[in-house]
Amino acid sequence: MLAGPSVGDAAQTAIAHGAEVVYAVESPVLADAPPDAVVAAAAATVAVAGPRIVLGAKTLLGRDVMPRLAFRLGTALASDCTSLALDADGRLLATRPTYGGNADATVRCLGTPAVASLRPGTVDALEADPARTGDVVAVDAAIDASVVRTRSVERVEQAAEGLRLEDARVIVSGGRGLGGPEPFEQLEALASLLGGAVGASRAACDAGWVPTSYQVGLTGKTVTPELYIAVGISGASQHMAGCANAKAIVAINKDAGANIFKDARFGVIGDWAKVLPAFAEQLHELLD
Amino acid sequence: MALHIVVMAKQVLDPETPLSAFRIEGNRVAAASNMAPVVNGFDEQAVEAALRIKEAIDGTHITVLSYGTGFALDVIKKPLAMGADDLVLLQDPAFENTIDPMLTVAALVAAVRKLGDVDLVLAGRQASDWDNAQVPAGIAETLGWPIATIAKAVEVDGTTVRVQRVLPDGHELVEAGLSAVVTVSNELGAPRYPNMRGIMGARRIQPTVWSAVDLGIEPASVAPAFEMVSLTKPESRVETEMITGEDDADAGRKLALRLREEHLV
Ligand SMILES: Cc1cc2nc3c(=O)[nH]c(=O)nc-3n(C[C@H](O)[C@H](O)[C@H](O)COP(=O)(O)OP(=O)(O)OC[C@H]3O[C@@H](n4cnc5c(N)ncnc54)[C@H](O)[C@@H]3O)c2cc1C
Ligand SMILES: Cc1cc2nc3c(=O)[nH]c(=O)nc-3n(C[C@H](O)[C@H](O)[C@H](O)COP(=O)(O)OP(=O)(O)OC[C@H]3O[C@@H](n4cnc5c(N)ncnc54)[C@H](O)[C@@H]3O)c2cc1C
Repeated sequence: MLAGPSVGDAAQTAIAHGAEVVYAVESPVLADAPPDAVVAAAAATVAVAGPRIVLGAKTLLGRDVMPRLAFRLGTALASDCTSLALDADGRLLATRPTYGGNADATVRCLGTPAVASLRPGTVDALEADPARTGDVVAVDAAIDASVVRTRSVERVEQAAEGLRLEDARVIVSGGRGLGGPEPFEQLEALASLLGGAVGASRAACDAGWVPTSYQVGLTGKTVTPELYIAVGISGASQHMAGCANAKAIVAINKDAGANIFKDARFGVIGDWAKVLPAFAEQLHELLD
Repeated sequence: MALHIVVMAKQVLDPETPLSAFRIEGNRVAAASNMAPVVNGFDEQAVEAALRIKEAIDGTHITVLSYGTGFALDVIKKPLAMGADDLVLLQDPAFENTIDPMLTVAALVAAVRKLGDVDLVLAGRQASDWDNAQVPAGIAETLGWPIATIAKAVEVDGTTVRVQRVLPDGHELVEAGLSAVVTVSNELGAPRYPNMRGIMGARRIQPTVWSAVDLGIEPASVAPAFEMVSLTKPESRVETEMITGEDDADAGRKLALRLREEHLV
């Protein structure tokens, strides 16, 4: 299902990536994607297409749209799934982290349709192949402006200075163990040396040391860098939920028992204030 | 205008429970005996949001709704100690805490309808046990009310609720007509600590208890959305290489060399 004021080339893109049928819902009300209107568009598409399974992603929009769509369809959402499968009867089996990442639950979805959302970054898109063909079906959802009951008045996005965390190949992340805002300057310097970006734990954001947009984790950003350097972060499951898909995690922590070492490829047990400057200096030598 | 706010608060296992104390038995999380339950953190923030509105608008009444079994009264009364006016426990042997939100939503919707004059439902952005983030959406859909999620500020102006939503790189101001549902995030700020007067006051308030029968719902007739197949502790997937040196600085230098060797920098 594609929805928007005009779907344009997106239908062909979806087909190139493997869609066999694209349902296109077009309405001026869908400009800027108010969740109320996208739920209506999706519900109308489900009524036309009659699917057994409805999937979305747990992105900014998806986290608003998918639970409401599920309840509108008379069921609940298997939310934030990390893997999906079918059982012998063709029912959806959804696996998702719960308890902040301390327990993985696999549920059989009993609703008709089954509704699930996927954690971003857990599956790769099929390589686009322009030779693939498919049908485009226009859905007349008759979406009226009155469906939008939560109105957006103003949207302020501070374009992140430099690299977005979501796009960074290297992330240097700081936690409560840094003890204040000043040490983040060292993290910034290190990140710029490595061509990366700075992240943080919720504890560091809640303390006001860095903006909330730095937060990595279950209720912050989901990141997938090649290298994630965690400094003074204990590795609470809710933090790891946002960076577990990093290729390699490096932990610098003074507590040998810190949870972060369980997920780290490399670990240094020590005081960051001593480890980090020497680490940065050595990197300068290697990279300059 | 007198405003009636409902705050939905869930009793959960303390999310700070150390991994070593966290046990799974037969597809259920077994609360370690030494861990006390807590009010879900985001729900305390929802109470805080309600109290700020109450400070701004005279005559605001705050009712806290909690659904479940096995309530620890001293825990679930915390919102009263913070300053909420009433506590209604939706308590029934059928109201188990499972991953399936269908019955939870049905019961909470029935309770909001039974209260009758609710203007605003405030909830946490997600509960720290199942991390479902969908009971508020289910309530809004079932009642046909508008919803705004992940708020860092909530203001009521006449019959409109104005909400500052947290975006990954900024914020959004949205508004909706009452009655509405709003979910609250930690960016709202720390919830206030109950003071002595609040704690004493809370002691005197007896919670109202509503069972499935009181709510007019038949738990067996609410179709579940899920059947639990398995609940397991995720396995650590990596082998950790500890870098040591003569001292911390030396370990830092060795770390840099090792990352270079692995072409990670
Ligand atoms: C109906 C609609 C209209 C939009 N109009 C504009 C616009 O006018 N200007 C603008 O700058 N941005 C617009 N956007 C937002 C733009 O599409 C997002 O930047 C884009 O979706 C980014 O994807 P994301 O990874 O943030 O996922 P999200 O947008 O958060 O996606 C969440 C989920 O919603 C579903 N979804 C998302 N986009 C679409 C879509 N277009 N059609 C069908 N399903 C979708 C998918 O299941 C997706 O996984 C619109 C989005 C939608 C849905
Ligand atoms: C529902 C829910 C959602 C959440 N979402 C998120 C989220 O999205 N992101 C997130 O990060 N958290 C989240 N949390 C919070 C999470 O549970 C932890 O509380 C938080 O991640 C802890 O941050 P921290 O590791 O910086 O602090 P702490 O746990 O206090 O750890 C600090 C670490 O620093 C180390 N340290 C101290 N001094 C030094 C030193 N001199 N040198 C080296 N190391 C030192 C300590 O040994 C310790 O391990 C969430 C919680 C809940 C309940």
